[in-house]
Amino acid sequence: MTLETIAVVAIAASLVVGALFTLVAGIGLLKLNGAMPRLHAPTKAGTLGIGAFLMASMIHSWTYDEGSLHELLIMGFLFVTAPVTANFLAKVNIHRRDCDTPPEPPRDDTWSTLLVPVPDQEQDQDQAQGQA
Amino acid sequence: MISALFRLLLPHPALTVLLTVVWSLLQNKLTAGMFVFGVILGIVIPILTARWWPDRPERIRVGRMLAYCLLVIWDIVVANIQVAWIVLTRPNARIRSAWVVVPLDLRTPEAITILAATITLTPGTVTADLSDAGHSLLVHALDTDNPDAVRDDIKNRYERRLKEIFE
Repeated sequence: MTLETIAVVAIAASLVVGALFTLVAGIGLLKLNGAMPRLHAPTKAGTLGIGAFLMASMIHSWTYDEGSLHELLIMGFLFVTAPVTANFLAKVNIHRRDCDTPPEPPRDDTWSTLLVPVPDQEQDQDQAQGQA
Repeated sequence: MISALFRLLLPHPALTVLLTVVWSLLQNKLTAGMFVFGVILGIVIPILTARWWPDRPERIRVGRMLAYCLLVIWDIVVANIQVAWIVLTRPNARIRSAWVVVPLDLRTPEAITILAATITLTPGTVTADLSDAGHSLLVHALDTDNPDAVRDDIKNRYERRLKEIFE
């Protein structure tokens, strides 16, 4: 078994693993009910599914080409940005009351998404009256 | 004298290293010219942006940070398989989602950010919100029969290590 054979097997295995996890993320997005459970599925594909694809790409480039480390950067930026997206989606869910109301925090008054300053509350009411 | 000059030229040494590495990776092959240009960028950008980092952590333990990264990557792989199994085999009616409130001992904003990102990246839990004065994290767990266990797991496994890294 030559080195190239091992590399080909590793590339194929990484692609299959990546495809499987991305598929599961898609199934989860369709199957789970409710806004918050649904949020769990796509945030996972971003990590292991894409990670496996990038691994395949890296092994391929090191075997047949000059080698590439761009994938590490993609992975790094993904790890930094993916939680921010998930956090914003969760905040929208809480804000629109699309999920169960979260329990009160033990030490502080409320959660920052639910904390609307008083001037903004008045503005919201003005806007609602204006529309009516 | 020398340390003052060092502080003036390199207000944020870790950022300098990070920018140089990212620049070299962007080039995708290491040439001397591009490495030098990366070092120049790594020196100029922290100087220009130093005023936006007034309360940055003075020092972090790099070795423990690397160990923490490896731990998180391992957890991501293991937990991904668990969540995939739940999604594929468990009917919706038997998935017990729950809110979990995690009281924070960490006070550094950077450490809280990393903890929140870690919770979101490890499958099965998503960070949803921070309390208004920053003393608790709101976490959503996909499937748990014991929310207290999830909270203790997060505190013991991740928060304790981050506390050692940053404080």
